[in-house]
Amino acid sequence: MSRQKMYLKIILSSLMRRRSRMMVALLAVAIGATVFLGMGAVYYDIPRQMGREFRSYGANMILVSSGADSAMRLADARRAEALIPSEKLVGATPFRYETMYYNMQGLTVVGTDMDAVRKTSPYWRIQGEWPRGENQILLGTDIAENARIYAGTSIVLDIVPEKGRKFKKEFRVSGIVRSGGAEDGFVLMPMQTLESLLGNPGRASVVEMSVAADSAELERLSETIRSEIPEVTPRLVKRLMNSEAAVLGKLQVLVYLVTAVVLFLTMICVGTTMMTVVMERRKEIGLKKAIGAENRSIISEFMGEGLVLACIGGLLGLVAGYFFAQAVSMSVFERGVSLPFFLVWLTLLASLVVTVLASLIPVARATDVEPSLVLRGE
Amino acid sequence: MKKNILELHEVSMFYGQVKALQNITFNVREGEWLAIMGSSGSGKTTLMNIIGCLNKATHGAVFLDGEKISRLNARDLTVIRRDKIGLIFQQFHLISYLTAVENVMIAQYYHSMADEKEALAALERVGLGHRGRHLPRQLSGGEQQRLCIARALINHPRLILADEPTGNLDEANQNTVMDIFHQLHKQGSTIVVVTHSPDVAAHAQRIVYLEFGRMVKDVQNAHPHGRAGAPAEAGR
Repeated sequence: MSRQKMYLKIILSSLMRRRSRMMVALLAVAIGATVFLGMGAVYYDIPRQMGREFRSYGANMILVSSGADSAMRLADARRAEALIPSEKLVGATPFRYETMYYNMQGLTVVGTDMDAVRKTSPYWRIQGEWPRGENQILLGTDIAENARIYAGTSIVLDIVPEKGRKFKKEFRVSGIVRSGGAEDGFVLMPMQTLESLLGNPGRASVVEMSVAADSAELERLSETIRSEIPEVTPRLVKRLMNSEAAVLGKLQVLVYLVTAVVLFLTMICVGTTMMTVVMERRKEIGLKKAIGAENRSIISEFMGEGLVLACIGGLLGLVAGYFFAQAVSMSVFERGVSLPFFLVWLTLLASLVVTVLASLIPVARATDVEPSLVLRGE
Repeated sequence: MKKNILELHEVSMFYGQVKALQNITFNVREGEWLAIMGSSGSGKTTLMNIIGCLNKATHGAVFLDGEKISRLNARDLTVIRRDKIGLIFQQFHLISYLTAVENVMIAQYYHSMADEKEALAALERVGLGHRGRHLPRQLSGGEQQRLCIARALINHPRLILADEPTGNLDEANQNTVMDIFHQLHKQGSTIVVVTHSPDVAAHAQRIVYLEFGRMVKDVQNAHPHGRAGAPAEAGR
């Protein structure tokens, strides 16, 4: 029988013989690995998950024209959008600001993509319906209240094109929009409608983009757009980015602390179990030394037992940790978590490191056992 | 004349103020069977610990197979124990989770290479060839002691050191074990048996008597194997 085979035989037989006690240590390692993998997956996924959550607070990157002209070409904005990975781009909405008149009063009329704006500004509250046709518009709540206009009624706007004569057009107010922002004082209509009324198509005053990325990546993307598409200037919404970074940072620290505490408790539990095992096996250790085992043999046997525990516990923890991560993610973010492959190895490594660290003191005690113990009948 | 396997010169062992052994001097020749006798507290176990390289003497010199072992460090003593001494214990001290053959193989494993065939042959020698796959708890006391002997013999030690080898056995098993010792002695093994039993000591060629940590007698057994007659006194 080879030395390796005999070595495996010794440690596996020993573990099986004390399986009830070793089960405690195994369970501790498995729980530690479960929490490590679960929290690790959540920790790793928090920026993605929370990034998506934060996207409901609106755009975090705005494109404006770089030139003297206040409007940019939509084609340039599309090129800029193409530089953002599609899986990270939640939405991009062009806005074109113009002026029209209602009862001689100037109003800011905004042409936009009504489908896209729902993605970039999901926090808008619409009383009534989103516009469905060319002559349907949304009215900001401030205007609606001041003029006592309700959803479902019609209004007539005076339109003054750049070239040509002033004319009137009747619109149906499909809904009243409340955003808590500037939109409350705007009239919003489909971009095509605005373009057909005022001409000069394919232009936008700003393009708001919602990108699921952390602040560092946003900065990087912003730089890329700046250098690749000089016709547009990207601006980051710092207020949103900073609060997002602060919340993410705090959440990640919390996850880190919970994981560290659980790993520490795992270490204590494994260490205590191993110490008990060493105390119970003092006579056996003494015997092994008496018949010729060197300290390194004693160390390798105990460490071997520990490593087997760590591997089995780690594997159990991987399975349980996957479900734990899914459960946490579903209950907190209401969507599943993606498990990066490196976390699997990291979890096994953490199980091994924790078990080895926990075994250091018990193993040192094992090497202190005197072989003469076996002759004293203690 | 055969050379000395074991030499003790003025060996003393003190535990603080307690003098466990004082000025013990004797030699054991190759192939000799020596019994160390004494009542409880006479220093037998302390002496066995020193001869068995399990402890170091406070004073004096001990030579085993020509090598001075009294000043070796713990690691070197482990190597000496592994290579030159076969230990047999009163309480057997078998590893409960290993089978009989594995209990023998573990001594091989710590020595060099575990060899199952050789371990089974050793069990065969002590009449346990059919019990190789049994756990220690499935063996009788006598079988456990024979297993302990097989383990002690497996690495071909220069000295077999037995501590009360029949202390936990009934008469039938005691006879079986002593027969094995006789066989080993006939094959040329050097045996040192520590015992308080005159019956066991009577099997030896020579008996060293201890009292209160001192050696009081060193006698040649005129009729070894306990067949007849009382031991005759011999010079050191």
